[in-house]
Amino acid sequence: MTMTSATLDLAQLKAMHDDQPAMISRGYWRTVGARLSRDPVTLCFATVIAAIVLIALLAPWIAPKDPFKTSMAYRLKPMGFRDFLLGSDELGRDILSRLIWGGRTSLLMGLVPVAVALLIGGTLGVVAGYVGGGVNMLIMRLMDLFYAFPSILLAVAISGAMGGGMVNGMIALSMVFIPPICRVAESATTQVRGLDFVEAARASGGSTGSIIAHHVLGNVLGPVFIYASGLVSVSILIASGLSFLGLGVEPPTPDWGLMLSTLRQAIYVNPWVCALPGLAIFITSLSFNLVSDGLRQAMDIRM
Amino acid sequence: MIMSKTREKAGPMLRPVDRADPRDVGGEAQPLLIVRNLKKHFPIKGGLLNKTVARVRAVDDVSFNVKKGETLGIVGESGCGKSTVARLLMQLIPSDGGEVIFDGEAVSTFRGISLKDFRRNAQMVFQDSYSSLNPRLPIEASIAYGPRVHGASKGTAEKIARELLVKVGLKPELFGPRYPHELSGGQKQRVNIARALALEPRLLILDEAVSALDKSVEAQVLNLLRYLKRHLNLTYVFISHDLNVVQYISDRVLVMYLGEVVEIGAVDAIYTAPRHPYTRALLASRLSMDPAERVEEAPLTGDPPNPIDPPSGCRFRTRCPHAHAVCAAKAPRLTAARAGIEQEVACHIYDATSGHPDAGASLSGTGGHAPRRTVEASTASAGR
Repeated sequence: MTMTSATLDLAQLKAMHDDQPAMISRGYWRTVGARLSRDPVTLCFATVIAAIVLIALLAPWIAPKDPFKTSMAYRLKPMGFRDFLLGSDELGRDILSRLIWGGRTSLLMGLVPVAVALLIGGTLGVVAGYVGGGVNMLIMRLMDLFYAFPSILLAVAISGAMGGGMVNGMIALSMVFIPPICRVAESATTQVRGLDFVEAARASGGSTGSIIAHHVLGNVLGPVFIYASGLVSVSILIASGLSFLGLGVEPPTPDWGLMLSTLRQAIYVNPWVCALPGLAIFITSLSFNLVSDGLRQAMDIRM
Repeated sequence: MIMSKTREKAGPMLRPVDRADPRDVGGEAQPLLIVRNLKKHFPIKGGLLNKTVARVRAVDDVSFNVKKGETLGIVGESGCGKSTVARLLMQLIPSDGGEVIFDGEAVSTFRGISLKDFRRNAQMVFQDSYSSLNPRLPIEASIAYGPRVHGASKGTAEKIARELLVKVGLKPELFGPRYPHELSGGQKQRVNIARALALEPRLLILDEAVSALDKSVEAQVLNLLRYLKRHLNLTYVFISHDLNVVQYISDRVLVMYLGEVVEIGAVDAIYTAPRHPYTRALLASRLSMDPAERVEEAPLTGDPPNPIDPPSGCRFRTRCPHAHAVCAAKAPRLTAARAGIEQEVACHIYDATSGHPDAGASLSGTGGHAPRRTVEASTASAGR
């Protein structure tokens, strides 16, 4: 044996202390913040999202005209016609005002279903992953049932069965997003559950609830949250699709999907104006996707 | 020792314990841990209805004692059930039979010690220092978790954590707020030890706790373990596949093969005079620093038999150079190898009434087993 000293004495313990470099570690969120601040793309598109949200929130004050006011005289006017900055639609309503107001419904249709699905699907997934066995089987097979349908078809079927309207559209979208979020949460939990630190927490006497709260959630929420943030853009797109089909938001409520649907008939009359709601949807979903990507990179502490 | 000279400036460091432990229940003679007929058979499920088609006999009728204040080493090759024993001891997986008695009280039974109290008294250090720390918690919070669960206030738990970091040689102000990925392997394992000590346990189960560390760090952590044991009145169950490390740290050694105990005894007895053919082969397979003592032939060849369908009688007989008909017919029991020496072996050769032709004869005289290097040579090189 080549171990020279059989005991560890105080001098050695002190030496152990002394050769430790003086580096102070930042907290987790500060590290994430520092990483994000070095990522111009994410920052830029986060600003875009913030601007869109702000514009939607401030719609009553910044919209130049009443989005519901029709005018037979000024139908389908091009951009910059008199005081119609972005032109007017088939009923003579101001496109710019409708876009600003439409951001409210579109963002709501993007965020609310994902948040609801995150809550329900995330809980189901963590429970299925942590408890395992028969419970896992039951929950995951139920989710598979929903998986059997393409998401748009499922959304159309559910909101079709329940009837149109914004709330029913949101419920339909939530149900579409529960299975994939549940699956991500389940696989992340299953992975974490098998790690030694969960065993160690059990060995320390932690109850199931305490272990999930302190040790499982912290490691599962990250990937689930990132996945869900990517779904926001999908939700906006599907919601637009539902409105387009007449299942989601009902006219005359301003909504980007609905505007796209109605203006489509005027595409040969005024193609640029018709493209605007589509552009709004495109920019919003692109921003959510890119920010979600950036967050994934910044939040992976092990990279 | 240097200890006494530096005692006055010891500060937050520890002093050796020489008084009796106030937590002691059964007295000095009562073993801290008695394990009786511990069993774990993992079911293998298959088929359409998910029925149990076979059972892996990972741990089969394992019995041993751990005395107060000693270090019991458990050795054996991969898959012999060492880690399963550790998890069974910690009650992390349910056993299929047998009992664990902690200081005279049966664990997790109505009359005995409750599981929560047992877990305050017995803690475990895992092999993988990386995955045994929560990557999303600062290490201080990981250490403080145990005391928090057992009712300590946030402030008290954090104070305990900081004191423990000092004890394992990490500056709390530097390391407390760090995340596991910011630490080296050795530092992480020291944090794991601190975490295990946070509940002031009396028994520490170390499952391959130093196996993943490089040699210099391994020595550092082993020395730390010795230091902590002396100063915190600890008892260790030290599981490892590294025979040198086990010899260095243990007072007694238990040798496992295919889920069973084949030999148990004082470390010197096992290392200088191994009895069981498997222990002899295991020790003969150690590498020596001396080029004159090279192992020219593998002492054992092949893999251990399948634990799903272990050999009848003695489980080692399929690879044993002394196997005989009686070995297949009946399983040997652990019996004292020699009078007056603390060593028990489960082999028919040492049981005069077993009917084995070599029974009663000295094993070294038979010269039948494979390694060319004699056991005497190997133990000479391993002497401390």
